[in-house]
Amino acid sequence: MNIAVLQFPGSNCDQDAFQLFASGLGLPTRFVWHKETGLGEADLVVVPGGFAYGDYLRCGAIARFSPVMGAVREYAEKGGLVLGICNGFQILCEAGMLPGALIRNSSLEYRCLTCDLVVEDAGAAFNPRTLGKRIRLPIGHGEGNYRIDEAGKARLEANHQILLRYLDNPNGSLDGIAGVRNEAGNVFGMMPHPDRAFERFHPSTDGLAVARAVLSVRFPEVIRKTA
Amino acid sequence: MKIKVFVTPKRNVLDPQGVAVGHALESLGLAGLKGARVGKVIELEVEGADTPLFRSQLDKLCRDLLSNPVIEDYHYEILGS
Repeated sequence: MNIAVLQFPGSNCDQDAFQLFASGLGLPTRFVWHKETGLGEADLVVVPGGFAYGDYLRCGAIARFSPVMGAVREYAEKGGLVLGICNGFQILCEAGMLPGALIRNSSLEYRCLTCDLVVEDAGAAFNPRTLGKRIRLPIGHGEGNYRIDEAGKARLEANHQILLRYLDNPNGSLDGIAGVRNEAGNVFGMMPHPDRAFERFHPSTDGLAVARAVLSVRFPEVIRKTA
Repeated sequence: MKIKVFVTPKRNVLDPQGVAVGHALESLGLAGLKGARVGKVIELEVEGADTPLFRSQLDKLCRDLLSNPVIEDYHYEILGS
């Protein structure tokens, strides 16, 4: 098992994501700098939160063209697992690896709080049976307002691609959507932070179950060992 | 030549900034406001000629980088060389 956490100039949750997998789940984890053109052996690529390239132009718009993202795209096309958290979710949407886009919160405020999330049935690994019906995760973002057109939303629903919805919508997201996966089921993105929810001093430890669910899509045995 | 690229939120996409700016304009006394949208202008200066090939390259760059077609529209003006 080998977890690769990307680092862009402006990433600020790279250490949190690293610790979630390294200390939370006890898995071999390493960083990959955005200038790398290859990922090496990786079983999961995490695109962490922050403000990659200062969020200039649009959140994720410039990060999408960094050298490492070419490798991530190739890796995902071969079926590799990818998890984008917060700014990482924005980057994956900008890259077209996940459907939809994230715009300014409807309140125009940066929202920083712990949210109750409804777990949707998004397939074998990510569903209320493995995660429970509700989980609590922190959010911290100014552009988390998920948008997709009607046809796109219908596809998300028909393919069970919605992962999580906010119980109390903090940012104006369409239908309270907080996280989605791609149709193939190997690319995951969410605005809430599982990487800020795994230590006893965190507001919840539900991030561990989320990380396990993402991994157990491919690696059920490894995950049983970390449970 | 000088190029001005205008990027605006799509008509059917909520524009929270536009709504807030609209409210401020009304509170400053603007009557009859029917809508406000906030976008951005990107000014480019490029050496070369305005050819169909250049326009197709510019369109691709507008779609790939300068705008996000999921939520935004763009158009541009090319000002004399």
